[in-house]
Amino acid sequence: MTEPPERAERVEGVDCDQAIIEIYEYLDGELTVWKRTAIARHLDDCPPCAHGFTFEIELRQVIASKCRDQVPPDLKRRIAEALGLDPG
Amino acid sequence: MPYMDALYSAALRMTRNPSDAEDLVQETYLRAYRGFPGFQEGTNLKAWLYKILTNTFINIYRAKKRRPEQVDLDDTEDFYLYRRLGGLEAVESQRTPESEVLDQMPEAVVKEALEALPEQFRMAVLLADVEGFSYKEIAEITEVPIGTVMSRLHRGRKQLQMRLWDLAVERGLVEGASPTVTGG
Repeated sequence: MTEPPERAERVEGVDCDQAIIEIYEYLDGELTVWKRTAIARHLDDCPPCAHGFTFEIELRQVIASKCRDQVPPDLKRRIAEALGLDPG
Repeated sequence: MPYMDALYSAALRMTRNPSDAEDLVQETYLRAYRGFPGFQEGTNLKAWLYKILTNTFINIYRAKKRRPEQVDLDDTEDFYLYRRLGGLEAVESQRTPESEVLDQMPEAVVKEALEALPEQFRMAVLLADVEGFSYKEIAEITEVPIGTVMSRLHRGRKQLQMRLWDLAVERGLVEGASPTVTGG
């Protein structure tokens, strides 16, 4: 665990405010590895933030799973006909 | 015909009207089969279909409305819904944990909350959180820079949490008492 000081600073230097600012990019998987690691470390050390992040993940899963609708069979048939396809 | 349920769900959120959603989905598939530009070998088929859907929606349905809605709410705090549902305190006390409240939210409430968002925010949240597209894909689908996608997502998600909370209170799913308000 002997990291160069500069690197250690970059990885460990995330507080609650900074973590929350980047929460969406973190959860969206859009951060660089460095920033990702820094936030993950903060979450390991900070149960309130970790709990909040977990809630955001659950919320997203709930939104995704509850916003699903099924195509009415009638529409499926209409489109297949319009395209000259076998309605499957 | 791939992705039809997903496209129909998205069309419902966009148009907020089943009959418009049906027409929108039909038009999307017709355009796709007629060779809407932009599809080449290796293109993400799902992203391409969503681009046609979005494009068709904007051209046909928004044209009816004359001008896009502009709702400009102030940015709200972080963890808006989480804090109101009690956060860690709920776990430590005997209150219903906030994740359970989420599970119990009826589908209709979640859909209504999403559909209540201003169009640009609604599209960004729909594409990211329901369909799982990346920032880059959303930027291509909606034809705006990635920075704009990020800002729409950020604000859209926060507004969505406010709507969910308001609806949950309205429907009696949670007690409406606000958390301790700090700083005004």
